[in-house]
Amino acid sequence: MKVRLERRGATSARLVALSRLFAVVLALPITSVVFLACGTNPAKAIAEIFGNAFGSWFGICETIVKSIPLILCGVGLTVAYKAGIISIGAEGQLLFGAIASTWVAIYSGLAPPLVLPLMFLLGGTAGAAYAVLPGILRAKFGLNEIIVTLMLNYVAQNFLVYLVTGPWKGKGEWGFPQTDKFPDYACLGTIPGTRIPYVTLALALLSVAILHFQLFVTKLGYEMRVLGDNPEAARFAGMRITYLVAVSMAISGFLSGIAGVGEVAGMHQRLKRGISPGYGFTAIIPAWLSNLNPIFVLPASLLMGGLFVGGDAIQISLKLPFGIVNVFNGTILLLLASGEFLARYKLVVEA
Amino acid sequence: MTPEFSFEMLGITKKFPNVLALDNVDFKVKVGEIRALLGENGAGKTTLMKVLCGLYRPDSGKILVRGKEARIRSPKDAIGLGIGMVHQRFALVESMSVLENVVLGTKMDALFPLRRARADVEELAEKFGLKVDLDAKAWQIPASEQQKVEILKAMYRGAKILVLDEPTSMIAPSEYETLFKSLIELSRSGTAIVFITHKLKEAMSICDTITIMRRGKVVANCDPKEVSAKELAEMMIGRDLQTEAPQKSVAAGGQAVLEVEDLFVENDRGMMAVKGVSLSLRRGEILGVAGVSGNGQTELMEAIAGMRRPKGGRVTMDGKELSKLPPWKIRELGLAYVPESKRVAISPGLSVSENAILKSYSKSLSRGFLMMKESVSEYARQLVEKFNVVAPSLEMPAKFLSGGNAQKIVLGRELMSDPKVIVAGNPTSGLDVSSTELGHGLFLQARAKGVGILLISEDVDEILKLSDRIAVMLGGKITKVFDRTPPLDELSLAMTFEQ
Ligand SMILES: Nc1ncnc2c1ncn2[C@@H]1O[C@H](COP(=O)(O)OP(=O)(O)OP(=O)(O)O)[C@@H](O)[C@H]1O
Ligand SMILES: [Mg+2]
Repeated sequence: MKVRLERRGATSARLVALSRLFAVVLALPITSVVFLACGTNPAKAIAEIFGNAFGSWFGICETIVKSIPLILCGVGLTVAYKAGIISIGAEGQLLFGAIASTWVAIYSGLAPPLVLPLMFLLGGTAGAAYAVLPGILRAKFGLNEIIVTLMLNYVAQNFLVYLVTGPWKGKGEWGFPQTDKFPDYACLGTIPGTRIPYVTLALALLSVAILHFQLFVTKLGYEMRVLGDNPEAARFAGMRITYLVAVSMAISGFLSGIAGVGEVAGMHQRLKRGISPGYGFTAIIPAWLSNLNPIFVLPASLLMGGLFVGGDAIQISLKLPFGIVNVFNGTILLLLASGEFLARYKLVVEA
Repeated sequence: MTPEFSFEMLGITKKFPNVLALDNVDFKVKVGEIRALLGENGAGKTTLMKVLCGLYRPDSGKILVRGKEARIRSPKDAIGLGIGMVHQRFALVESMSVLENVVLGTKMDALFPLRRARADVEELAEKFGLKVDLDAKAWQIPASEQQKVEILKAMYRGAKILVLDEPTSMIAPSEYETLFKSLIELSRSGTAIVFITHKLKEAMSICDTITIMRRGKVVANCDPKEVSAKELAEMMIGRDLQTEAPQKSVAAGGQAVLEVEDLFVENDRGMMAVKGVSLSLRRGEILGVAGVSGNGQTELMEAIAGMRRPKGGRVTMDGKELSKLPPWKIRELGLAYVPESKRVAISPGLSVSENAILKSYSKSLSRGFLMMKESVSEYARQLVEKFNVVAPSLEMPAKFLSGGNAQKIVLGRELMSDPKVIVAGNPTSGLDVSSTELGHGLFLQARAKGVGILLISEDVDEILKLSDRIAVMLGGKITKVFDRTPPLDELSLAMTFEQ
């Protein structure tokens, strides 16, 4: 018997969808091995994860809470990826959004009704600026955006730590490395009976709709798609490459920044370490799972959000480390990459 | 006993979405035969050969190689059976040496792998007249040499069957001779050669048999000695050829619209490729630039179109200096540009219609920041109709277009954009006979409307047929300008020797 690879003539849309599904489904048995190694019954653990994430009203609400930043960052990344920019900097942009909005909330001294709107505006803008920087470096000087965006994540993380342990350290916080609690008018309201901040939920859904429209119906979206598909063709057609790269990154960074505002103003009500359990990194998965289509970022983010919730739950109920969720995420990412491969090639078994 | 046929493809059918690319095709080639494969753009020539080379699996039919049924499931199988293909786009690793490219992926000695290989490759090159500098890097050598390397590559892998997809569209006519000599040498040693081309003359001159395809079917196999070019063309299109050669009106002799003054341009390797070129193109004039490829024509064209910054000199259109403007501004001022390489002008993952509008999307096809869906498809339909583009669907990714049909989009887009000046590099390469005629007709129409056309082509016949004046480019300089059409041999001479 011989097993070999064979190239497919054409890759159909169905095949791509199947390969995405396959990535998610196949991640379960693979992660099971890790559960076994931890001495836990995998079936029980998986049931626990999904039961907690999707099995109750409370679980679903929590899943939505965690999905919101994933949707915002994921849709933004979709735009960047469509334009051919491999950004992995959503995490840093999210943190910068959080930092900028914290300044507005605590230090700007603005009239209370202006504070929240300005937090979103400045938070988004900070995220955008932080994303445009690597965009320009790549378009103008050919710097590799993967490396630059990755590095900027750590710069943002360390800057945040510096702020909350140094100049912005709260006075009433018993020495914890965090800012003071935001005044009430700088906090987001939630849907009654849940922890879901309705403003960011609405913004997340809106961003999906707007960016789907933006990518597939507007002139700018068309230009971005050409740029991502064949940069030489974009240049040939006389498109303004630097401008397009900057705008794509600005959109991506703005949405990540908004996600950061949502986390400080909606969830933690202060700036501290760990406001994001890596939303900006995890959002790379829904972006690819969606096959770079904003609409599909929605279900993919819900899945990932669910994993966060389930991961929290098994820490308590099964005494398992949260790291298991990262194993799951990593597995999906690897499978996505291999699914990409199998959509192009097929395995043939011959006698 | 040696089998009569090198390979036999029997009853091959291949369907793609919306199109039956191959319809029960029989194609048999004898040992040591040179076979021409002709047909209109989109007839299925490339697809048929990709089936032979294991790149596509046929839906039905079988393939016999040297009399035995063969299972060709992948290019590796095909190579194992001695089938080698030289694609229209060469696939050399640019940063590697020629020798490394030739032996890449074959079994090599673990130590000093290139030592033995070098001797073998040298012997092979000697035998078939495919001499190339084995130590040059692939990017340093011109297209014609790259092609030799591709052939060497196939032969080194023991090819007994060699497929060449439009081998002459990338090289200059003056280089055909050496290519043909090598092919004849190869066929003498028993290699079966399939030669896809749109140039009837060359098909008739070196091939033993001509096979004609039309819409996925083989419609005729004929002996080149018994048919005329006109008959061939008619078999290809399936009806009488209208021999209404496009009428060329008297040159308008308008005022200059594009001026190139003392232009210096570097190539990708940082060497000066254009060394002080001055040209003046008048309204309603076709100025042909003739030259063997690699004499700076590409760089000249790119500099005029704003794709490459000149190192010195200036380009002005209607008195406005172009050389400092970004490409989009230059397009906006009315300079249309047909690049030599399709790769830079087609976005393969986007649909045919989205490619059709690449040139005009920001003018008439969008309102504010929105694309007008209706006008976009209308525009694409018009272009496809006007230029006779064969596309199974306008919504299919452009990468599935046949080579010639993609070129029709590239050319058609520019002609439809209502320009002041057209800079065109090999605009009809890869086009079939009737589409070439159509293209030429449209160039003459544009000229009659007062458009200035700078035609840079390696096809001397095309230059002679269309140009009002001809400039010869050699070694990065304009070495001669003919004010009226010179005889062919005089032009060829000027292209090879500085006078
Ligand atoms: N992978 C593919 N998917 C879908 N359609 C395809 C694919 N490859 C080719 N086609 C279609 O099959 C038909 C035949 O294409 P093919 O490339 O064989 O033409 P050709 O004879 O080589 O033409 P040309 O002279 O223009 O190179 C065309 O209509 C083309 O659009
Ligand atoms: Mg072809």
